[in-house]
Amino acid sequence: MAEATFLDSNELVINMGPQHPSTHGVLRVILKLDGEKVMGTDCVIGYLHRGVEKIGENRTYTQFAPYVDRMDYIAAVSNGLGYCLAVEKLLNAEAPPRAQVTRVILTELNRIASHLIWLGTHALDIGAITPLFYTLREREEILNIFEEYCGARLTTHAFRIGGLQYNLYDKFTEDVTSFCDRFSPRVDEYEALLTNNRIWVSRLRDVGVLSAADCKQYGVTGPVLRAAGVKWDIRKALPYSGYENYDFEVPVGTNADTYDRYLVRMEEMRQSVRIIRQAVANIPDGPILGKVPKVLKPPVGEVYVSIEAPKGELGYYIVSDGSTQPYRLRVRPPSFINLQALDKMVRGNLIADCVAIIGTIDIVLGEVDR
Amino acid sequence: MDENQKPPSAPAEDRPAAKEAAPPAPPVSADASAAETAPKPAPKPAPKPAAKAPAVMEATPWEGEIPAAAREAFGEGILRAATYREQDFFETGPETLVPLLTLLRDAFDYDYLVEETAVDYPKDEKRFELVYIVYSFSGNHRIRLKTRVAENEEIASAVPVYAAANWMEREIYDMFGVRFRGHPDLRRILMPDEWQGHPLRKDYGIIQQDQRWVRENLGIESGQ
Repeated sequence: MAEATFLDSNELVINMGPQHPSTHGVLRVILKLDGEKVMGTDCVIGYLHRGVEKIGENRTYTQFAPYVDRMDYIAAVSNGLGYCLAVEKLLNAEAPPRAQVTRVILTELNRIASHLIWLGTHALDIGAITPLFYTLREREEILNIFEEYCGARLTTHAFRIGGLQYNLYDKFTEDVTSFCDRFSPRVDEYEALLTNNRIWVSRLRDVGVLSAADCKQYGVTGPVLRAAGVKWDIRKALPYSGYENYDFEVPVGTNADTYDRYLVRMEEMRQSVRIIRQAVANIPDGPILGKVPKVLKPPVGEVYVSIEAPKGELGYYIVSDGSTQPYRLRVRPPSFINLQALDKMVRGNLIADCVAIIGTIDIVLGEVDR
Repeated sequence: MDENQKPPSAPAEDRPAAKEAAPPAPPVSADASAAETAPKPAPKPAPKPAAKAPAVMEATPWEGEIPAAAREAFGEGILRAATYREQDFFETGPETLVPLLTLLRDAFDYDYLVEETAVDYPKDEKRFELVYIVYSFSGNHRIRLKTRVAENEEIASAVPVYAAANWMEREIYDMFGVRFRGHPDLRRILMPDEWQGHPLRKDYGIIQQDQRWVRENLGIESGQ
């Protein structure tokens, strides 16, 4: 921002959002342009700020759990998993094996659902309308499974601290397996529509490049980091919920551009299917809720626990003062941190690419603003 | 569930004893002398704090190459190096923190600032605890760094070390009012620019709002 001056007659300042379909919610970006070239950006966020962290300090550990679903509402299950793991770490408790496997299945289903929303809207932003219908069709099937399991589709509150509230319904494995069977060829269909599509390729190739070094500087994680060639996934690096027991690949890109991020996410959906298949085949019997007290009073202390959410590293830093409510509950939101790199990615690109770049970061404003 | 958290040192027989002690207790300190004169169950203050769960974090000292190097470089600046629930952390003086971040980044490859946030302890003289979490991709290890600053005390910004700190420090400024020296763009980020007050401070109520801002900008009498 520093080098942009308002007196320069060549410079045009335009306002994008907050009510703009390509900003995926209520993101406002002030763009400084020289012709069509973006010289600088300033993100104005906070339109969806609800004070989630403040609410957390005023609710008990159990009461707060449904609130986390309202941050990244596209991937509510991931949010819930991160929160439950953090509180369990604080309590020194662990979910029983059956709960852990179920958590993995639901979280991976949610990863697919999240990537589907990303793919559909990203393609829509670029001008390809068709994929949206297909991706929403598949996502619907996932949401139906969630609904069958816990009664909710978006803000699922699927997990409880210490395990699960509900046991799996009778046809769960059948539903999930048949979804996997149907879904795998459909990823190929999306790829047939897009991967070699000339418009798609020329709109994405070499757009919004963020090198591995820049990703680390800006704290960018998730598919954006992996597209820059860094093979880093918390499921592999610091496994949780038994992810070390599953056989899956971490896809990486080479060019660190928007196109590689697309390829990485497509492959991640396939890998999620792979994990789900392994998990569904081996759901252990046993209790679904571990030995946790009804009233949670974690000992005085603090922990930071993070998971690989669809959008990057989602972390919870919880400080306990020994009472029933967290003394401080901080969420490390991947969307917020990743969005920070927007300026770096957009600078020097054309204004039309700005839309592609916002799409490729995959933000959810509920999580950016909390 | 209290039993679960009671340290093993507190034996079960504390329980009935504490119960016996309880009935005479209620008329509190004023009657302390009366309790003194009464025969026995009075000298029983010991089990009470034990039953109340430990008031401090039960961290164990953290030894190793990194704490040793940090101590060598900063001496008294490192107040503590400890581990809690397998998570290593430093407590440092406020002026040591950014140099320590630089050391960790350059000498130990902690190249990713995961998180920077704050915790408010309004009763303490140095009320804000700033928390930094760094991660090393090559070492696959996280370290937490903590330091305390008083209200109106500035702390050096971490932006020159990690660009990621920019928005996180803006958020800390927005929510807690901590100011960072050398930050390139210290403005509010989530709350409106003209908002008065810092919502995540402990003395800021959960339904408290800047009513003047609400009146002027939303055209309604009150936000509640």
